[in-house]
Amino acid sequence: MPAAPSPSLPPSLPPSLTAVPPPAPFAEPGRTIVDVRNLTLTYQAADHPVYALSDVSLSIAQGDFISLIGPSGCGKTTLMRVIADLEQPTSGTVLVNGMTPEQARLKRAYGYVFQAPALYPWRTVERNVTLPLEIMGTPRAERQTRAREQLERVGLAGFERKFPWQLSGGMQQRVSIARALAFNPDLLLMDEPFGALDEITRDHLNLQLTQLWRRTRKTCVFVTHSIAEAVFLSTRIVVMSPRPGRILDVIDCARELPPERTLDIRESPEFQRIAHRVREGLMEGHSYDD
Amino acid sequence: MTGVPFHQPRPVMAPGPLVALLAPLLPLGGVAGHSVGFVDSPVALAGLALLVGALLLRRLAVGALSEAAILLIGVAAGYGATLRLLADGVVPEAGAWLLLLGATLLLGRVLRLLAEVSGPARHACPALFGLAILLLWEILTRGLQIPAILLPPPSAIAAAFATNAADLWDDFRQTVLISVLRGYLLGCGAGFAVAILADRVPFLARGLLPLGNLASAIPVVGIAPIMVMWFGFDWQSKAAVIVVMTFFPMLINTLAGLASAERIQLDLMRSYAAGYWRSLLLLRLPCALPFLFNGLKINSTLALIGAIVAEFFGTPVVGMGFRISTQVARMNLDVVWASITVAALTGSLLYGALALAERRVTAWHPSFRKR
Ligand SMILES: Nc1ncnc2c1ncn2[C@@H]1O[C@H](COP(=O)(O)OP(=O)(O)OP(=O)(O)O)[C@@H](O)[C@H]1O
Ligand SMILES: [Mg+2]
Repeated sequence: MPAAPSPSLPPSLPPSLTAVPPPAPFAEPGRTIVDVRNLTLTYQAADHPVYALSDVSLSIAQGDFISLIGPSGCGKTTLMRVIADLEQPTSGTVLVNGMTPEQARLKRAYGYVFQAPALYPWRTVERNVTLPLEIMGTPRAERQTRAREQLERVGLAGFERKFPWQLSGGMQQRVSIARALAFNPDLLLMDEPFGALDEITRDHLNLQLTQLWRRTRKTCVFVTHSIAEAVFLSTRIVVMSPRPGRILDVIDCARELPPERTLDIRESPEFQRIAHRVREGLMEGHSYDD
Repeated sequence: MTGVPFHQPRPVMAPGPLVALLAPLLPLGGVAGHSVGFVDSPVALAGLALLVGALLLRRLAVGALSEAAILLIGVAAGYGATLRLLADGVVPEAGAWLLLLGATLLLGRVLRLLAEVSGPARHACPALFGLAILLLWEILTRGLQIPAILLPPPSAIAAAFATNAADLWDDFRQTVLISVLRGYLLGCGAGFAVAILADRVPFLARGLLPLGNLASAIPVVGIAPIMVMWFGFDWQSKAAVIVVMTFFPMLINTLAGLASAERIQLDLMRSYAAGYWRSLLLLRLPCALPFLFNGLKINSTLALIGAIVAEFFGTPVVGMGFRISTQVARMNLDVVWASITVAALTGSLLYGALALAERRVTAWHPSFRKR
């Protein structure tokens, strides 16, 4: 077992990161990265159609951190899969970097953290993390350095030679996060990446993620069931409701919360106010069910 | 694991092996028409004494392993005495059989003790079991004077093995090293290659799979003479029979293996924009490995059977199937059994080697992995 991860900065990150980050050179805030218009997706199940998404429109700008929150089965995963070109919409248009999702996928525009770890059991932890690098033709030495760096970031230094089935569920999920970060995609799609983790590890990784995001200004789409996590990480929170899956509310957090965030911020009245609004939205979605 | 804890009462032993104590009351056997009594034979008495002695001495044992060792002395004495009597020309009767029964019941206890032992000694159980079967085979065939045509004793088979070693080696080379190896590699290779092709061209899979069911029902004795007519007496016809027998099992197993990758694992490859060959190499083939080994193992036995049966229908004057068919005709059943032994050993070695390779290559698979 690794030492209990502390919510403080790991030694791998320079102390300058706690100050205001220098603007990343490639960042052009405002450029639309993901543009979803009137998206509808109906699964043709055996007996009856499932309306997974209905008339969903959402625009995600460069550098946004978007959280999708909503009851189980409201289509969060489906929306992410459409953006990733793993699912075809029934109607509506989706553009990723101004291209169709397929073109964007072929250009390896995004890294996807699936809801399950999806590790390959015949590869060691390290070789799981280097898998995308291998496919993208990164030289061997660099693959290893990057894998070690990312494994350390998620608190798994020392587990490189283990096999996935020798790790706990939460550790496996952290390996899959390291794998998505390893090839440094500009767009990160993360489906409940911290769902299987304990509170303290989760806090630690939330902090790591927000620092990574602030440093690199990657565009992130993040699914979670935790209101606090959503408010803590996001620039905007998208509240969804099921049957059919649609967007109920989009809450802007960037205006009230500062971009650099520490765990203390969760005590602030602004934080509480936003969390309250998210909760209202979720309850509205639930009452729709009855 | 090996010791019975001291504070636990030692399990009480049913008095089964003690039936041997009745043996002295019965006639031991006959030599050249004369009946021999148990008490007249020092060998039988010594065997009985050791057997009973081992039963009494087992209380001295400190663990399952030493108890098994002590009891094993009794078993060895019982079997050894019976074998000695046979060697002396005694035709066993009730007394000798009772001694053998007692020793065999005692062996049952030894095996039960050894079955729970861990460590290197755990191989003792199957080894003793096999040895006992051989000894019983030897004693029963000789004691009951079973004609060698029906079933020769193992010692006769071993003797035939030694005197015919050169022939048996030539047979082995012809059948296994030439026919089986080539046919097996061709059949499995073709099955694998066509499976990859069928994976890319879906109509091929749809068309071939029903054919596979048909092919698996083809009797080897039916196609073997046809292949001999097509390809001649030498190894080519044997390899052809093997290819027919092994092609579809490999094809079907490979196709099933290629379909066994999970959706989320495939989605990951798709998200990396990995092409067909890359996801085949990095994901689908590793997933298919357990299935591939399954096909290879099934085929290793099929190939040997195919080659031997095909040699019945025409072969140069060498080969295991040729040897069996000609020696049966000459009533040399001991040579036939020696050939069968070679075939059985070859088959198990081939299978065992594949199983070992599988264990090494797919150590990650849930059926093998240890935490
Ligand atoms: N492949 C599929 N075939 C048919 N129906 C599907 C399929 N995938 C998802 N669905 C249905 O679509 C709806 C939305 O599923 P989705 O996985 O997007 O939910 P989710 O919001 O991610 O839920 P959770 O929070 O539990 O992960 C559900 O009702 C589900 O039953
Ligand atoms: Mg989901």
